[in-house]
Amino acid sequence: MLTLDNVSVKLGDLRFSYTLKTDATRISAILGKSGSGKSTLLNVIAGFLPATGGELEWQGKSLLGLPANKRPVTTLFQQHNLFSHLNVGQNIGLGVKPNLKLSAQEWQSVERVLEEVDLQGFIKKSAANLSGGEQQRVALARCLLRKQPILLLDEPFSALDESTRYDMIELTRKVVELHELCVILVTHNADDAKLMNAKQYQLQDGTLKPQTTEHRQQTL
Amino acid sequence: MITGIRRALSIGLTAVLLTFAQSSHGAQTLTVYTYESFTSEWGPGPIIKTAFEKQCDCTLDFVAIDSSAGILNRVQLEGKSTKADVVLGLDYNLMALAEDTGLLSESGADLSAVKLPIDWDSNIFVPYDYGHFAFVYDTKLLPEPPKSLDELVNAPDDLKIIIQDPRTSTPGLGLMLWMKSVYGDDAADAWKKLKPKILTVTSGWSEAYFSLFLNGEAPMVLSYDTSPGYHMAIDKTEQYQAAAFDEGHYLQIEVAALLKSSKNQELGKSFLQFLISNEAQSALPLTNVMYPSIDIGDALPAEFSKLIKPTQSLLLDTELVRDQRKAWVDEWLESAN
Amino acid sequence: MSGLKAQINSALNHWWLPGLLALVVLALITGLPLTALILTTSEINLSGVFQNTYFNRVIFFSFYQALLSAVLSVGLAIPLAQALSREQVFPGRKWLIYLFSLSLVIPTIVAIFGIVAVYGRTGWLNNFTAWFGIDPFSIYGLSGILLAHVFFNMPLATRVLLQSLDNIPDTQWRLSTQLRLNGFSQFRFIEWPAMRTQLVGVFMLIFTLCFTSFTIVLTLGGGPRATTIEVAIYQALRFDFDLSSAVSLALVQMAFCTLLLLLSAFFKHNAPLGFSITPAATVFRPVNKKRWVSFSIIILAALFVVLPFMGLLISAVNPSTVAVLIHTNTIQATINTFIIAVVTACISVAMGIALLISSRHIRIRLAYHKLGQWIQHAGNIILVMPPVVLGTGLFLLLRDFADVFSIALLLAILINSLMALPFVLRILDGPIIQATEHHDKLIQSLGISGWSRWRLLDWPLIRQPIGYAMGLSAALAAGDLSAIALFGSERALTLPLLLFQRIGSYRLHEAATTAGVLLMACLVLFVLMRAIAGGQLLRPIHADS
Repeated sequence: MLTLDNVSVKLGDLRFSYTLKTDATRISAILGKSGSGKSTLLNVIAGFLPATGGELEWQGKSLLGLPANKRPVTTLFQQHNLFSHLNVGQNIGLGVKPNLKLSAQEWQSVERVLEEVDLQGFIKKSAANLSGGEQQRVALARCLLRKQPILLLDEPFSALDESTRYDMIELTRKVVELHELCVILVTHNADDAKLMNAKQYQLQDGTLKPQTTEHRQQTL
Repeated sequence: MITGIRRALSIGLTAVLLTFAQSSHGAQTLTVYTYESFTSEWGPGPIIKTAFEKQCDCTLDFVAIDSSAGILNRVQLEGKSTKADVVLGLDYNLMALAEDTGLLSESGADLSAVKLPIDWDSNIFVPYDYGHFAFVYDTKLLPEPPKSLDELVNAPDDLKIIIQDPRTSTPGLGLMLWMKSVYGDDAADAWKKLKPKILTVTSGWSEAYFSLFLNGEAPMVLSYDTSPGYHMAIDKTEQYQAAAFDEGHYLQIEVAALLKSSKNQELGKSFLQFLISNEAQSALPLTNVMYPSIDIGDALPAEFSKLIKPTQSLLLDTELVRDQRKAWVDEWLESAN
Repeated sequence: MSGLKAQINSALNHWWLPGLLALVVLALITGLPLTALILTTSEINLSGVFQNTYFNRVIFFSFYQALLSAVLSVGLAIPLAQALSREQVFPGRKWLIYLFSLSLVIPTIVAIFGIVAVYGRTGWLNNFTAWFGIDPFSIYGLSGILLAHVFFNMPLATRVLLQSLDNIPDTQWRLSTQLRLNGFSQFRFIEWPAMRTQLVGVFMLIFTLCFTSFTIVLTLGGGPRATTIEVAIYQALRFDFDLSSAVSLALVQMAFCTLLLLLSAFFKHNAPLGFSITPAATVFRPVNKKRWVSFSIIILAALFVVLPFMGLLISAVNPSTVAVLIHTNTIQATINTFIIAVVTACISVAMGIALLISSRHIRIRLAYHKLGQWIQHAGNIILVMPPVVLGTGLFLLLRDFADVFSIALLLAILINSLMALPFVLRILDGPIIQATEHHDKLIQSLGISGWSRWRLLDWPLIRQPIGYAMGLSAALAAGDLSAIALFGSERALTLPLLLFQRIGSYRLHEAATTAGVLLMACLVLFVLMRAIAGGQLLRPIHADS
């Protein structure tokens, strides 16, 4: 269970206060206009931004005291998920060991997770030569391999073209269900949320409101 | 080719070793700070070194400082940690200034043989040679040189001269004092008149004399009344002569002194005494091209009798120079530049 | 992990530690000498500086020659940049612009030698004009100083202005053709507005450079006739042992430099640091109706810049070459020069990286952009405390403890490191920021930090600029005279010092060969450092930020 109890953040003059309860294996989608504080929510869960109040708990334990890299969280960003001067294997390996000194077994697991995202044989490819969709799949593979129970998806599909986007959403939904992850998806596109089978929340005026009825198309 | 490379390599290696092991003490080493022309291969340095080392069982190490007056600045800058044992090449004018630094110790030398145009009463400084400042001219470029300082000052501006900087060079300082002795409070005005004739001001005597004057850059250079002696005796030419000036010529007495901080006090003293020995003094007229400070009899080259005889030796009190030098240098900077 | 590596690792894990260390080192190297300077002033009468007519003239001359140099450099750069911009394609254009960028790494003293060889009393120009009975032009004094300053700064100004001209959108040129603007109207409505934005900035830059100019004024100043504050400090110390004059002038100089720095902070410029060559663009340019004018300007400028180099190269080989090459002084000086250059490059680049790593953390992760920039600006301290001023302070600080002449190399390394630091910071700032800019959160969430971050994410991306920074700072240090002039002696010779002495004593044959050796040394150091640190040999790089 991931619990946000009045987790508050101050960004300049803006104040946000988030309250959210979600099951350990539930996909939640946060919808809202740009500037409504969606990314801020992810930043505070991931530990990139300090909370000024409230409580953030995972399975009953507080996360607020932990630095970003100690939280049971991994993030898939909209872009810049990969270091373009490293190859695919190295980019994924960094998620296993930050010093990239992986054992033979760990390298095997890198290859396995690449198969899972349909990129078998890509391990030696330079990240700079991948298409946008391939880059996101490599990044997703790394998220999976990190085996963190909470996956934060920060508009991960928005930079992709239509057909790639559907494939990526499909793949993502499949693997997170398989790995039983707790997913928070931030998007401005209600379609993404629908395709991901997510429980939807609307972020407005700094607070989260569950959206129980029909999915409504958001306008930007 | 191969030997050339090998030689370069061995020199290079030596240089590397010297960088890291600069203080390789064998026998005692006496370090003498002096000016460049003293140490050059045609100067007195090599002769004095050989002769002194023969009798002292030590190494005599001449270090050439940028210029003569620079020697004093240098030991002041280095202070108590200076490597110098002896300074050689200051002159009478700088004596009081040098004494005031408190860096020098008594020479303990027996000066009874010393014979100078003035009486010697310093027990710190050992006078090793003397001469008078004079403008040396190239007879081919300038058949009719000025006959007095005043004539030079008032000469047409196309007469070019090369002088030295009084802050770095003892001849430069000498000219400044010469002007002061002749013109007194009007020296600044005289400098202003001289200014257009000054082709350039060098920091040391060597540059002015060797590099510029002898290469024909100017027909006249500030040097010594003794300079033509060298050309007559060695080069066998009378092309270069000193212009005798009616007002008289300013006297230069070159001196050496021992530093208090020296760890080789005894050796230093014996070197100072050696400087006024017959052996050393006989070498000076044709190497340092100055009059010896003792009577060396026939050892004085015959050509020296053909030199100009200044009508009067001008000399200002060394204490006065010490007190006024800065003000006069400022005045010179202001009016001559 | 070895012990040292573990230590570096733990040091890098604390983002503030490298920057703090660098700041402490900077504070010590500059703060202690400054304290020594200020403590000494208690014994002297500072107001005396402004009553002394000689000092007044020195101060006036410093401004006067800087003003003239800047006016001439920028004034000549305007038509030249215009000509180069209108003539985008001609053989040798690339090389000419490349040559213009060399003024950054050519040791001042070497270029001065080249200038003397061409424009000096017995140089080519005077030999040539003597045929026509024209009186020889004297290179010593104001004219020589201006000549050398223009030689160095006109190319700099030209490159800045040319960059602005090349940035003019094509559409403006097409429009001007359709409107049938004539040459002057093109200048007035298109070229001038583009250049004007850079003019004040580049003028201020050149003014500041010339104001603190040392080597040129020392060598060509022709005695005390033409002396700047920077040189007057040197002379007060080395000629007169006049501490009170040296100290008061040093403080006056610091005040002026601070003022100039504040002033130029208002006017930004885009003076390039690298060797990027504006490509012979396929851009559209209107037909140049006065090509002969453009080409005359370009040929004159090319001659002006190329001749001294040719003078140097031709005279470097002469009857005394071998004797000079195997002279112990030359060899000793070459070794010392290499030591100074390599150590300086390591120190300045290490300090630069340390400052930038901490400043990056502050700017990007903590989002205090201004604060981070200020920490970085600390590396520009030498602009406020020029080399001779810093050297004077170091001398006052150390003279009771050590003979400064015997630690001359060390002092030269310290001063040169600070002199190279602003360049290092400008070269590395962009790349170090770019290495992180978009990935900071990812790096944070993956927990990549310390040594791993440096090894995996920073080094591969900034290695090339680091090589460039090492090469440039090594070349700068190898060619610098201002630091070694104060403390150098026969015991601590460097090639620039040796060259200075040989020019000073008018031994032009020996000077020519020494200049050749120094130029080679700079080139070798530049290429070698880039090869070793940057992992590349002769690939052209574009380090412009």
